[in-house]
Amino acid sequence: MKLRHLMLATAAVAALSATAQAENVLKWGANRDIGSLDPYSFGDSFTINVLNHVYEGLVRYNKDLKIEPALAESWEILDDQITWRFKLREGVTFHNGNPFTAEDVVASLTRVSHETSPLKGNLPAYVSSRVVDDLTVDITLNGTYPLLLNDLTNIHIFDKEWMTENDALMPTDVGAGTEGYATYNANGTGPFVVESRQPDAKTVFVVNPDWWDEPQHNLDRIELTPVNSAATRVAALLSGEISFTNDAPVQDLPRLAAAPNVEVLEGVDLRTVMIGFPFRDTLTTGEPNPFKEKPVREALYKAIDLDLIHQKVMRGKSRNAGATVAPPIPGYTEALDELPVHDPDASKALLAEAGVPEGLEFEFNCLSDGLVNEEQFCQAIASMWSRIGLSPKLDVAPRAVQSPKRTNGKTDVYTLGWATLPLLDSYSPLLQIFHSKDGNAGVFNWGGWSYPELDALIDAAGSELDLDARLALQTQALEMVKDEMIMIPLHQQPMAWAVTEGVAEMPLFPDAKPRLWFAKMGG
Amino acid sequence: MIAFLLKRTANAAFVMLAVALLAFVIFRFFGDPVEMMVNEQATQQDRIELRERLGLNDGFVTQYTRFVTNAVQGDFGISYRNQQDVMVLIKERFPATFELVLVATVISLVVGIPAGVITAVYRDSRLANMLQLGSIVGVSLPSFVVGILLILAFSVSLGWLPAFGRGETVDIGWWSTGLLTPSGRAALVLPAISLSTFQVTLVMRLVRAEMLETLRADYIKFARARGVPTARVQWRHALRNCLMPVITLTGMQIGNLIAFALVTETVFQWPGMGMLFIQAVTFVDLPVMAAYLLIVSFIFVALNTLVDITYAWVDPRLRDDSARGNG
Repeated sequence: MKLRHLMLATAAVAALSATAQAENVLKWGANRDIGSLDPYSFGDSFTINVLNHVYEGLVRYNKDLKIEPALAESWEILDDQITWRFKLREGVTFHNGNPFTAEDVVASLTRVSHETSPLKGNLPAYVSSRVVDDLTVDITLNGTYPLLLNDLTNIHIFDKEWMTENDALMPTDVGAGTEGYATYNANGTGPFVVESRQPDAKTVFVVNPDWWDEPQHNLDRIELTPVNSAATRVAALLSGEISFTNDAPVQDLPRLAAAPNVEVLEGVDLRTVMIGFPFRDTLTTGEPNPFKEKPVREALYKAIDLDLIHQKVMRGKSRNAGATVAPPIPGYTEALDELPVHDPDASKALLAEAGVPEGLEFEFNCLSDGLVNEEQFCQAIASMWSRIGLSPKLDVAPRAVQSPKRTNGKTDVYTLGWATLPLLDSYSPLLQIFHSKDGNAGVFNWGGWSYPELDALIDAAGSELDLDARLALQTQALEMVKDEMIMIPLHQQPMAWAVTEGVAEMPLFPDAKPRLWFAKMGG
Repeated sequence: MIAFLLKRTANAAFVMLAVALLAFVIFRFFGDPVEMMVNEQATQQDRIELRERLGLNDGFVTQYTRFVTNAVQGDFGISYRNQQDVMVLIKERFPATFELVLVATVISLVVGIPAGVITAVYRDSRLANMLQLGSIVGVSLPSFVVGILLILAFSVSLGWLPAFGRGETVDIGWWSTGLLTPSGRAALVLPAISLSTFQVTLVMRLVRAEMLETLRADYIKFARARGVPTARVQWRHALRNCLMPVITLTGMQIGNLIAFALVTETVFQWPGMGMLFIQAVTFVDLPVMAAYLLIVSFIFVALNTLVDITYAWVDPRLRDDSARGNG
């Protein structure tokens, strides 16, 4: 009985002190939880995004998604063209009070690029780094590489002393079964400090009073709660139990918008939804593969009624795309964005001319847990292709099931959404999707195409340090992708956040990343 | 008796091995964790190396043997997604699920038994008919629908109870409980009701059937004849004799509830084992999925074996029968 009283008293005191000190509490209901407190433990961008409130990189994106100095004040490329020198910000401290120095940067870069780190791909050009003096670091790359800053926006800096004390210098390793201190604890330089975490229940962040930068937000406390079920999330928002969600379900938007205490923030995501074709000699049925011929791909492209998908499936909230990258992405031009003409008769003629047999069977691989309304738009497209005399076999399953089929070439036509994150540059899809499969390049080249000319353009862009020259090369490459119809773009998908009336300002970013250090509450 | 015990234990062990094999086979064909673990920029080489480090390239028998050997020692490895020891993850989640199941069980008894007695005693009254009708609704509505309806009514419209989560919890050793705080108790109400709807019906129907049987028994007639008050006859003498099967059923159903809690936990964002499993499925977190399946089946098998053994202990005839029947 005594124990129980003590517990009650403690709980009451905790509850009291929590309400007394925190005035602006943002209750964030996300559609899932972060994996752990260690941003380097799993290749999960949501975890990295959330932990960006706690940890920071050398550079960061500002409100207009332009790169600006963060923990580094300035940088230059040295004469050898492959070493970058960063001048670090003075007077920055970690949450535990340790000063931020060059040692921390080197230790963090070593950790993230370690061979057991699932995120080493985030620093593709990195070779080594060294301390020049307390506030200067040199980073050496494997060649001239223009996108180091874009990469660094996402590389969070840890405190070396803290990692050493807690034996967390190396990333956790699932293969060896080793856990890590950083999985349960966090110590960054960012605007918020982790106060407590209960996995799958609640993670609490409180404002960091010693942050080096001038805060643009007025939050005292962020309570992140995962609410997986869409219906429950909507209910929690309507009843005011959460004040913000970065995933308002598309089908519930009218209901949310009609509620007096909820405001829906809608936008178009950077993610471009595309359809890819196989370039192998045979289809999964064993028949010869007609998709290697451009007229056949063109026939399938022309058979798709983009407007119908936009209106019916995406409820008018998507943006039809002609280019494989979204307008805000460097390398995009309006000419690239020209939409195809919907013409099923022309499609039939093209197929006949190419000698494609009537009723050609092929697999069409879609995800049930992937893009917005993916299952529905896949069904729509499959029936549009049936109308021009093909027999697509729709194969819809969760990502976990479909990924192995896609990467091993065990399917034919497939969907892919690409947001160019974390680079926010058209170099990302060019290298990862459109380049031939070759070492670091073409990892998502699931169709197995190879255009040497295109590869040459992309490689040239990848070592061009002059921005305008590089973007010209990339635009040229994107034009080639469009002309050849290697993949056909459909649309940029809609995104929707929702806030309750207590939230005054919540900037919506096209990369779908919540940046609560720009959020304001109250009136 | 010792032979019987050994036999039952061996049976249980065999069932567990079979479950382990099933779990293993399912997950082997389930999907590829590597694609979920690395991010978009990882190279093909990175993927191949990771696959090798996780031991996903080893032969089937090697992987299965390794899995069972580790599992027997309570070592399920570390979660791919959370990078934490799987046993620790499950241990953290178990109290939440257990409290939910416990409260749901209490509700099912407290509501189900009186309802069963009433429907048996006042068979054709309006109240009994309503209860019977309600029980059909309880059986036929899936629990996620019940959950959503409860949320709509009590959270959104009335605003009385929270729609999700576990409220504030208090730690007693490694056990975290929500029963000691007001917010914890409030958060428990809706999920527990939603989980117990099916169970309430089950208990009610069982009690009703048993009561109808018992009320016809001679000793009840004698009691009546002796002038014992009707209520006392019904609630004390008759009901007591009906409770044995109810207790057995409730014990056996605990395993079921733990497994069923998965749906309720998803709807109410209840941070229990089912929630953990659902998340593991989304991320192909093989160690967590395998451990969950094994632990839940272990609870099932253990409860069944215990009930069997208790029965055999109470009733020697069963012991002989089973020995003869199988031998």
